[in-house]
Amino acid sequence: MNIKSQKDFFTGLMFMGVGVAFAWGATTYKIGTAARMGPGYFPLMLGIMMAIIGLVITFKSLVIEVEGGDKIGKWAWRPLFFIIAANVVFGILLAGLRGIGLPAFGMIVGIYALTFIASMAQAGSKFKPTLILATVLAVGSYLVFVQALALQFPVWPWFITG
Amino acid sequence: MELIANLSLGFGVAFTPINLLYALVGCLLGTLIGVLPGIGPAATIAMLLPATYALPPVSALIMLAGIYYGSQYGGSTTAILVNLPGESSSVVTCIDGHQMAKKGRAGPALAAAGLGSFFAGCVATVMIAAFAPALTELAFKFGPAEYFALMTLGLIGAVVLARGSLLKAIGMILLGLLLGLVGTDVNSGVARFSFDVPELTDGIGFVAIAMGIFGYGEIISNLAQRETQREVFDIKVQGLFPTKQDFKDMVPAVLRGTALGCALGILPGGGALLSAFAAYTVEKKIKSRPGEVPFGQGNIRGVAGPEAANNAGAQASFIPLLTLGIPSNVVMALMVGAMMIHNIQPGPQVMTSNPELFWGLIASMWIGNAMLVILNLPLIGIWVKLLTVPYRFLFPAIVLFCAIGVYSTNNNTWDIWIVGIFGVIGYIFHKLEAEPAPLLLGLILGPMMEENLRRALLLSRGDWSTFVTRPLSAGLLVACVLLLLIVLLPSIQKKREEAFV
Repeated sequence: MNIKSQKDFFTGLMFMGVGVAFAWGATTYKIGTAARMGPGYFPLMLGIMMAIIGLVITFKSLVIEVEGGDKIGKWAWRPLFFIIAANVVFGILLAGLRGIGLPAFGMIVGIYALTFIASMAQAGSKFKPTLILATVLAVGSYLVFVQALALQFPVWPWFITG
Repeated sequence: MELIANLSLGFGVAFTPINLLYALVGCLLGTLIGVLPGIGPAATIAMLLPATYALPPVSALIMLAGIYYGSQYGGSTTAILVNLPGESSSVVTCIDGHQMAKKGRAGPALAAAGLGSFFAGCVATVMIAAFAPALTELAFKFGPAEYFALMTLGLIGAVVLARGSLLKAIGMILLGLLLGLVGTDVNSGVARFSFDVPELTDGIGFVAIAMGIFGYGEIISNLAQRETQREVFDIKVQGLFPTKQDFKDMVPAVLRGTALGCALGILPGGGALLSAFAAYTVEKKIKSRPGEVPFGQGNIRGVAGPEAANNAGAQASFIPLLTLGIPSNVVMALMVGAMMIHNIQPGPQVMTSNPELFWGLIASMWIGNAMLVILNLPLIGIWVKLLTVPYRFLFPAIVLFCAIGVYSTNNNTWDIWIVGIFGVIGYIFHKLEAEPAPLLLGLILGPMMEENLRRALLLSRGDWSTFVTRPLSAGLLVACVLLLLIVLLPSIQKKREEAFV
């Protein structure tokens, strides 16, 4: 059997998988009756509905011809990796990671790291403009978030704040 | 004259210096993101939600609302000048607006868009004020069965009127509903789907999901497309004012657009985009006067009509939110989130329990529209300059604001990880062409739907027929079925695909 629409095929699989997972998870809670619903009732219902919809989508993707095959196409690994990495590194630097005993480096260090890592998501980023951007963002964030909005962040690294 | 008393209460609230300031900030930000392609109102509002913690609720909502309708103005500017719709709802404005600009008539096109939007905004404001109390009365007759039916109608309406595959959209709604159920169940106290993670017992943060999918997901997919060279702007904007003949053509188009926008904006799933498309279709169908420029070559009616309609639609979509507590599109879902952050349960009781918030928000829309005309027409040069800001400076800033914003919701890095995860999921949705907007609606409505379903069936002792024996709820469910049947008709299905391409 040929997949006629790749996008729909995988969407259907995703819905089926997630639907079954939620429905199965729901059975570990009390289901109850319609009049006295337990915590499992509604998620079980939704999970089953979702799995059915996924099934229909997958079925259609195998039967109905689509022009060009609706290919998913190439994954953009570069932006995907660097954007998510920038986010994660910022989080680690901002507040530290207690699990491995890493102390907090604070917001300012985090902003420089985030800007440089995120910039790599696009080919041809240059050092100097990125540095300027990071500085503008760091100063701006300090003024807006710390001074004006008085949000609570670790701003400086642990060895400065003590 | 309750209407006048109410509106004067509203203007009293909206005209305080702090609220004027936040309306201005909202309008400025809205115009800014409207002008900048690649970032929409949904991502911006999600980013700014945490920043509104410290504000009084009225000011916070005034600012967020300003972002939404401000983006409609900004979006039309780029559509006219560089043929790039800054917002999805200004796609149609590109068609005739950019042609006008090419012929040296950018000024009148901008003026038509600005003045048309302003007029539509004024009418929509009055309409909200006039209709909201009546709808609120009706909402008080609603029991849990009716609410459940209404939410179903809202969700079905949202997918029917949205673009893309119907089945996928329904799947996304269900996914959103399920994600909304993660966390402690209010009735039994059982922590559902939380895998013994303490942070998950409070549920997955709504803000984090919205930012991940709409912020990061969009950035990644924008970067994945090869950077398209932006057409460098070389059209001088001269002679802003339209001619007498322009006015004669414009006025009826604006009136029709406003009426359409007000009507379509109330519908679940409606709002700016749908209204603009409908208005353009209507204008094209109406007979041109002899000697008028044909459509597609710079007809001013093709700018004025849709622009009035998208603004009216954007504002009218506040009606179901403010009266029934039901969001009709993603931005409204985020407004629900904003209200909940400030401990305001959206619904018919808002008008009586928080009249200053309700009427203040409505009055601020009128003030905001007036500000936007001033911001957009004389200051057009500044906004055009902004178009030259390259995306490589923009996206790291967006990533930063998302990360900082989400951290400040709970002062916990947990939410930063969640944003990252949903960023990846958002990109997967993009690759699979599964529109994420319905997911967010489901996410907001999930807990409310479960609660109302539970109560309705408790009252009927487990009898499902309660949904069809109560006239109001039966009516709403019939409307759902009709909507679904209508879209599934082959002829309409074809039209629907055409309209949204």
